[in-house]
Amino acid sequence: MSALAPLTIPPTAAGQVVFSATDITKSFGPVAALSGVSLELRAGEVTALMGENGAGKSTLLKIITGDYQPDTGTLTLHGGPVHFGEPRESRTAGIRVIAQEPEIIPHVSVAENIFVGLLGTRGPIFRRRELIERARTALAEFGFAGVISPEALGSELSAAQRQIVEIMRAVVDHPAVICFDEPTSSLGEEEAAILFDLIRRLRSDGVAIGYVSHRMNEIFRLADAITVLRDGRLVGTKRTEDTDHDDLVRMMVGRDLSQMFHREPVTPGATILSLNGVGNEFVHDITLSVHAGEVVGIAGLVGAGRSELLKTIVGDFAVESGDLGVGGKTVTFHTPADSVAAGVGFAPEERKAEALIMQRSVRDNIALAVLGQISRGRFVSSTREEELAHGFITKLGIRTPSDRQLVKNLSGGNQQKVVLARWLATKPRLLLLDEPTRGVDVGAKAEIYAIIDELARAGVAILMVSSELPEVLGLADRVYVMASGRITGELSREDATEESILALAMD
Amino acid sequence: MPTQTVSTSSPTRVSPADSPGFFRRFLTAMGVQNMSLLMAIAFVVLVIGTQNPLFFTVPNLKVIGTAIAISGLLAVVQTLVIIMGGLDISVGSIAGLASVTSAMIFTSAGPLIGVVGAVGIGLLCGLINGCIIVFGRVNPVIATLATLAAYKGIAQLISDGRAQGYTGADPFFVFLARGSVLGVPTLIWILVVIALGIHVLLRYTTMGRNIYAVGGNDVASRLAGININRYILGIYMMTGAVAALAGILITARTGSGQPVSGSEGLELEAITAAALGGAALKGGKGTIAGTILAVILLGILTNGMTLLGVNSFWQNVAKGGLLVLAVVLQQLRSGERRIGLPG
Repeated sequence: MSALAPLTIPPTAAGQVVFSATDITKSFGPVAALSGVSLELRAGEVTALMGENGAGKSTLLKIITGDYQPDTGTLTLHGGPVHFGEPRESRTAGIRVIAQEPEIIPHVSVAENIFVGLLGTRGPIFRRRELIERARTALAEFGFAGVISPEALGSELSAAQRQIVEIMRAVVDHPAVICFDEPTSSLGEEEAAILFDLIRRLRSDGVAIGYVSHRMNEIFRLADAITVLRDGRLVGTKRTEDTDHDDLVRMMVGRDLSQMFHREPVTPGATILSLNGVGNEFVHDITLSVHAGEVVGIAGLVGAGRSELLKTIVGDFAVESGDLGVGGKTVTFHTPADSVAAGVGFAPEERKAEALIMQRSVRDNIALAVLGQISRGRFVSSTREEELAHGFITKLGIRTPSDRQLVKNLSGGNQQKVVLARWLATKPRLLLLDEPTRGVDVGAKAEIYAIIDELARAGVAILMVSSELPEVLGLADRVYVMASGRITGELSREDATEESILALAMD
Repeated sequence: MPTQTVSTSSPTRVSPADSPGFFRRFLTAMGVQNMSLLMAIAFVVLVIGTQNPLFFTVPNLKVIGTAIAISGLLAVVQTLVIIMGGLDISVGSIAGLASVTSAMIFTSAGPLIGVVGAVGIGLLCGLINGCIIVFGRVNPVIATLATLAAYKGIAQLISDGRAQGYTGADPFFVFLARGSVLGVPTLIWILVVIALGIHVLLRYTTMGRNIYAVGGNDVASRLAGININRYILGIYMMTGAVAALAGILITARTGSGQPVSGSEGLELEAITAAALGGAALKGGKGTIAGTILAVILLGILTNGMTLLGVNSFWQNVAKGGLLVLAVVLQQLRSGERRIGLPG
């Protein structure tokens, strides 16, 4: 050990519980993100937190930092109950979460980025040289000396270096608890190896470590205990030596496979969408096809490039190589307006940010993409608009007191139905759906599945991105799996299982 | 399947017949914002009227009406820009530039060409604003702050900083400034026509709907197939044209082209009126009716303060205070967390 202080305050015997979350419940509106989840982090141990997308890992981390407050349940630190109203309070208490995508201040040095919030040295004068030296010592201390210069600017850093800065921010503060949120997703082999050494070192110094990751081999290299979440519930916690790869997959996916919805197999019609070697900044060499009457799923982990693929198809991102065909013709969409005109509908993942005009009415939102068609000259026809809105409110069962209700007052499921109604109004031949049931309660989910099924029967080609595997398995006639911006496999309805999809989605 | 009676999912609609009482319906139709403005106007009128009986005379009401015409025009287009999610603080400078050029062109080519030329310059100024914002990716506040200075400078350059032309004897300009139709001053007619036109545009046309959509959520609008660049450029050009019209009215009222006096500070009044009238500075929300009520309230306040002998420096403090008050009330209602810089 060198000049730096020992890493734990207060000293805790290895194996003793430092932080615990007990029986945590957290709902957003009608949707329960976590129910009855517990987690213990022990001194000198790495506890892995695993689960599929949407299992509740991120919500749990945000509760640990105080970004969210649990509806029920208790948090304890060093044996005493704690309450964090905001992230600052958990930091003061000695808890740090390493963000997956760290906020780096671009125009200042690595040293200032590391010590942000801790700049005060002696008196009001900012001593830059001294700070750079402090950062240099700290970087060397934690094994990052050759990897990153304390004088480099934030904007010059690679994804891996940004991750390292974020880690340094936490460790220079000597926290008692550190949680890593998929820290290796942007790191190469060598950097990951350095990170693992660092984590082992923190462990031997008695820090309680939480580690969220999808990567099995990392988990088995690092973790002492593994906690698995599924659908916001705790599946269980096991010691690493008591479990293996297959057991963990079973715990993660072992969901009741009697699906909420069953779709009859179809005979696909003509090819509506075809991509041949399509690539750009976000996706690479994508070849796929969707036929009339077919529901095609795209599975993969968050960050695999699935949403970017849909945005590339609609012309929000440019196609830089390869060909895009719609309805048998090669097309170039310069903006989404072109794809709308070509009969392509797109319900994006971020419903509130990218699809709905929240402070406008249900009626306005439904009519948005077809205003020109229901107007007389340049004037909106109020009667035709009302007919349109009422038609879809009835047909899709949108629960709203009236078509004048503001969309922000609807539940997630009904908001999603409004988005679907907007695109159904355009009578699309191709519908792209990105996470169509995210943030939607169970009842509305089944209704949305029925709508998708009915559309496909009517001959619409549907390409659906979903992180919920039962949804993909229950609805899709074929499944493409993506990882790192590429398609890693195509599975027929018969071959698609949670295990086969996860195997293709994880590297 | 067990028999179930749940989820027949018939959406319940409130028909007008079972909605509660007259007052409630009236309030819904008017909107809370407009009701509060009306009450504020009534209150101010009462206070000033009891302090100074001159207030209620017909000539004074005409003074108020003509005084609010010019700032009213700017407030109405400002509302349009704000609903779209932008802001235009260069409107006063465009009015000044148009005032000077209308008078200068009038001197050599007559009133009609003078008006057309000035409106053309307004359109050009608006186009420049729009291009800086859309293609230069500059925040609208900064972009129009820059052109506020630049357009004012151009007006001073071409006029050498002095009033230009003499339109006081021209029958057309005299009609604009002091004429009346059916007993109502021309200035007020112009405001009414423009305000009604923009009201109809916003409320009943596809373009108006799309303006609310772009201001409410530009990403969603783009993904729904709206050409948002065209809207931004179009609205800034329309703003430039109406600001130029306001400049022509300044020329008519003062009898000559005014590069700065007469137009300076009008942007503050316009933004204050739009905000007081309920236009959300984040975009997507606002009405012309609200803005017009706010313009009337501001006009009566200014007139009343003058009648009651309040010094004009204090009037500036009052206007600034009112803008802060209007926006603070708006933000408090939106229920945002009070942390950091507002988004």
